[in-house]
Amino acid sequence: MTQTKSLIDENGKRTDGRTETELREIKINVGVIKNADGSAFIEFGMNKILAAVYGPREVHPKHMAQPDRCVLRCRYHMTPFSTDTRKNPAPSRREVEISKVMREALEPALMLQDYPRAAIDVYVEVLQADGGSRCAGITAASVALADAGINMRDIVAACAAGKINGKIVTDINDTEDKEGEADMPVAYMPHLDQVTLLQLDGILDDKQFSECLDEAVRGCKVVYEIQRKALMQKYFGEETEMKEEQ
Amino acid sequence: MWDSLSKGKRLDGRNLDDLRPMEIEMGLIKKANGSARVRLGNSEVVAGVKVETGEPFEGLENKGALILSAEVLPTASPHIEPGPPDEETVELARVVDRGIRESEMLDLNKLVLVTGEIVYVIFVDCSVINADGNLFDATSYAAVASLVNSKLPVFEIRDGKVVDTGEKQNSPITTLPVSITAVRIGDSILLDPTAEEEACMDARITITTNSDNNFAAVQKGSTGTFTLEQLKQIAASAKTKGEEVRNKIKELMKSGQ
Repeated sequence: MTQTKSLIDENGKRTDGRTETELREIKINVGVIKNADGSAFIEFGMNKILAAVYGPREVHPKHMAQPDRCVLRCRYHMTPFSTDTRKNPAPSRREVEISKVMREALEPALMLQDYPRAAIDVYVEVLQADGGSRCAGITAASVALADAGINMRDIVAACAAGKINGKIVTDINDTEDKEGEADMPVAYMPHLDQVTLLQLDGILDDKQFSECLDEAVRGCKVVYEIQRKALMQKYFGEETEMKEEQ
Repeated sequence: MWDSLSKGKRLDGRNLDDLRPMEIEMGLIKKANGSARVRLGNSEVVAGVKVETGEPFEGLENKGALILSAEVLPTASPHIEPGPPDEETVELARVVDRGIRESEMLDLNKLVLVTGEIVYVIFVDCSVINADGNLFDATSYAAVASLVNSKLPVFEIRDGKVVDTGEKQNSPITTLPVSITAVRIGDSILLDPTAEEEACMDARITITTNSDNNFAAVQKGSTGTFTLEQLKQIAASAKTKGEEVRNKIKELMKSGQ
């Protein structure tokens, strides 16, 4: 939380050359893991994250099964080589917490009552971390769930906003997260206009709080368009080509 | 409950934005460097501060180390079993920790003995002894109060060794973070939920403010959602209600506890 180093230069550019409202480059590939029922690989700036969905399938252990709905289980995990200093592969308290908020961010979008007595497992593996990995993970997991054909009310898109050098900026990167003043990750369902995840680390006054929240939601809407395109690409991209052949 | 909420009243007679009666007792554990017991309705938490010296965290070589833990003791309810902390308890500890850390309640820069080598290590351990909802706030108030109550030993380096001089110093406290937790049940937003209300909740959110009445930390929980309007409304009540709780803690500080 040092505020001595400038994170925005005289031209209004951030450490990675972005403007205040610009998101990092985002690429999503759908269906990258053969064995999984649904999967997605996201590159969110330097983040490289895999999400795989298995299910709906039988619940083990059996006593966890719910008679009226499906059980959603999530695991967020960082590989030991994903960070600057090696990360112990055992789940940390941070990972346990993120797994929980991630599940709670995704669950509102899923029609779990359609799959009673079953379980859906969502595995998110961070291969390379670059700040905002929970948002990127939720974004990828949501695409993977759609890819698995799970009945959904909406797609969950996630994006953070924050404060650096006293200014509200969109999509905080690793340096900005460590040296900036505030980080607010948000997950949002664009069609239902509902927030499914909201966290904040750092100090914001009244006006900044509102501004930051609105800015994060705007970022989520940008992310959503990329999610939609990635899914369209997989499911309708080939069809468009076929039409051309005919 | 639905029936009652539609009339703007809660099952225990409170209005939607009323907090339960709160009691704070400080300094009850003499063996700790600081301690506090908080009762928020029937939820009850004891927190204790212990101070040691040790190596600083990696990347934070010029700061003292703050380590916060929370445990829901098996005494707290019939549903708790002893064992390693579950997901909810891990979240509890991390949310309480976040409020204290992000508001920079303790000036950790003042807790360094040899930069990069030896620093003060402040342990704040919280034990929930009875659980009746809103453990986030009860635990947070207990942790904050125990730090307010704490006196740190004065360590010195003599011949390369850490020596306890036997003297005491006040903890370097800069601000008082206060968390306010709200839950949504249907369209109603309830502050300081009981266990019964938490069992019915659609979504939960905890917002921490500091002494300047700025926001320092937020955590949304549970599987429901909030609209932007609801979030902004809760943020506003977190400020007003947070200030009330803060004043209560300040009064206790003045009364010399």
